[in-house]
Amino acid sequence: MPLLKDGRLVGEDAFQPVADDAALPESGAVLVTYARWQAEKEQLSGRNDPLGIVLPNTLDVLDFGAEAERFDLIVLTFPKFSDGRAYSQARLLRERFGYRGELRATGHVLQDQLWAMQRSGFDAFEIPRDDAAEAFAKAISTFSHVYQPTGDGRVSALKQRLAIQNKDGRRKQEAAE
Amino acid sequence: MYEYDDIDQTLVDERVAQFRDQVARRLSGEISEDEFKPLRLQNGLYLQLHAYMLRIAIPYGTLSSRQLRGLAQIGCTYDRGWGHFTTRQNLQYNWIKLEETADALADLAKIQMHAIQTSGNCIRNTTTDQFAGAAHDEIEDPRVWCEIIRQWSTFHPEFSFLPRKFKIAVTGSPNDRAAVRVHDIGLRMHKNAAGEIGFEVIVGGGLGRTPFIGKTIRDFLPKQDLLSYLEAILRVYNQFGRRDNLYKARIKILVHEIGIEAMREKVEAEFAASKDGALKLPQDAIDQIAAQFAPPAFEKLSGISAEYANAFRTDFEFGLWARRNTFKHKQPGYSIVTISLKKEGAPPGDASAEQMNAVADIADRYSFGEIRVTHEQNLVLAHVKQSDLPAVFKALKAYDLATPNVGLASDIIACPGLDYCALANARSIPIAQQIALRFKNWERAHDIGELKIKISGCINACGHHHVGHIGILGVDKAGEEFYQITLGGAADEQAAIGDLIGPALNTRDAVDAIDTLVETYLRLRNSSDERFLDTYRRVGLAPFKEAVYAVA
Ligand code: HEM
Ligand code: SF4
Repeated sequence: MPLLKDGRLVGEDAFQPVADDAALPESGAVLVTYARWQAEKEQLSGRNDPLGIVLPNTLDVLDFGAEAERFDLIVLTFPKFSDGRAYSQARLLRERFGYRGELRATGHVLQDQLWAMQRSGFDAFEIPRDDAAEAFAKAISTFSHVYQPTGDGRVSALKQRLAIQNKDGRRKQEAAE
Repeated sequence: MYEYDDIDQTLVDERVAQFRDQVARRLSGEISEDEFKPLRLQNGLYLQLHAYMLRIAIPYGTLSSRQLRGLAQIGCTYDRGWGHFTTRQNLQYNWIKLEETADALADLAKIQMHAIQTSGNCIRNTTTDQFAGAAHDEIEDPRVWCEIIRQWSTFHPEFSFLPRKFKIAVTGSPNDRAAVRVHDIGLRMHKNAAGEIGFEVIVGGGLGRTPFIGKTIRDFLPKQDLLSYLEAILRVYNQFGRRDNLYKARIKILVHEIGIEAMREKVEAEFAASKDGALKLPQDAIDQIAAQFAPPAFEKLSGISAEYANAFRTDFEFGLWARRNTFKHKQPGYSIVTISLKKEGAPPGDASAEQMNAVADIADRYSFGEIRVTHEQNLVLAHVKQSDLPAVFKALKAYDLATPNVGLASDIIACPGLDYCALANARSIPIAQQIALRFKNWERAHDIGELKIKISGCINACGHHHVGHIGILGVDKAGEEFYQITLGGAADEQAAIGDLIGPALNTRDAVDAIDTLVETYLRLRNSSDERFLDTYRRVGLAPFKEAVYAVA
């Protein structure tokens, strides 16, 4: 599955997915399920290599957020593109728990959702198409402004206008002086 | 009125370009119908029985005359010269071609309009009191808050794929004309003990298959916290609302299943964590939006205008109309005029392009060029000088727009029903027409007084039948159209869900039954001041039920 990271196709995923019943490799970056993490916290925490986790979209991330920092990769799932729970999970992880590692969207990931995913804090996408990089570039440049603040730091229209008003005000004031 | 700036205009234009590209990708087969469906729905495009239907957002029901003329024009170019005003303060065109939708949307963008989020599982067009900014009983103009909500909810990245659609309504008056208790979130502005104005927040109301009156989740919310609180509610809903069953996916079911206390706990926790964040509204940002809703340049008037008093005395028809179709304005010497789109026998809420142009002209001449759409499928001229009322009456009458029936039995709400809608069990429009004709006699209709009849063609309740004083619901009985009747519903500050009177009736019997119900009321009422609803609340279901089924 092509993996897009920071807008570019990544040749190979650095993380090796490990099934719940498979043995962990001695070393190297691995991706485990939330269930496995629950069962083998100590053992997994002892590893020196990067650790990734796949969270089910039914998980209340408030119960997980405090541990987020421990991971280098968190994968959130979209079983269907119309199931939008992971958008909230993503924002909470980024904005409430300050997670800075890779946040990856997997599942039914479509071009027309990339914009919203990126605004919600995703920086990596498993997307089943060869022209993923072009599709992504097009998707995220669809809109020049945003109406609401999210963790992506873009300034909302409401505040953009305030800044314009204040600048105009200062200019008028200076002209009057 | 709110005017787009460069930011709003750019976004709407970019949305059209995006949709044009999506339609092209669909037509070329790059995306499947399944994947295209939510994209078109988020642009208001429904597949109906006979054609595509395009639903246009009229944010909080406010239109300029220029926009109304534009809508008339679009109705001529892409539809058959009509538009249909809906209970959601929206406009629908019923005969649209897929290939032409991007062009129609581009034409809309030129008049600062769009179809964004008029469908799909996202936050829909926010609705409000059609008399906002004009009503004498208003605490504060709710449109300011609707506009702030409009902006926040437009293309909200987190909330574009909710479990189900989400509707917010705001009232700025204690007399609720926006039905806030039957919305996913209702906001009621009021003053607290300290004299500050804020919101009562109501959550989990709704109609449809399982109707609920919303519950208060917070008594008083300071204004600057509005968006943080809304985001907290939506975030809880997005994560925990049911997605396993379409019919249980609305927030009302979540609130019902976990209880309002548990809901409050979750929302308040979320709110506490985010209230001092980027969503907190600075006063100068509120002021900047509020400035766009500044009152128009009213004349200072006092006393009753002679023209008005004279016409009232000498012109009987005018008097009838003025009594029924005008409402008290906060500015002395002005009135609010409701334009009935319910001429007896016509489809409720339909307006021809010619009528729309006429209303636009009348608004320009007499009401600061502003028009409102009501959730009862009528139009409003919000600021008419009383001395101009006779002229306005005459001008409206020339276009069949002066039926003096606002709030009366023939002012019926009806959904599109089986004439257009793919989900319908039964027709709504013809039965509305037949009932309205029974109350064409003005003497009888005015004697009966306020009576809200609401009709839906199926359990989805687009016609608000649950909250009609008389509600009518189309059901299918072995392939035949039948109608269930409920009594005692209300959508205002004393919101209630109607009670079913008994087995469903066929079309003829249902229309007769409405007559019987009204006759029963006239017999039982204490005085002509006691409305149908009051009598029903006093005497209960039994005498009405008896009367209807004794005959049948
Ligand atoms: C003609 C095509 C239409 C279709 C296919 C349609 C579909 C639906 C569906 C499926 C529901 C139930 C949603 C639920 O309970 O979760 C619903 C509810 C509703 N719709 Fe429609 N609708 C249509 C037209 C309209 C029109 C014309 C109006 C306005 C007059 C409208 C306003 C509403 C309202 C007010 C509700 C119920 C209140 C609530 O959301 O709880 N709809 N619609
Ligand atoms: S109530 Fe039913 S029939 Fe009427 S418009 Fe809604 S879905 Fe269609």
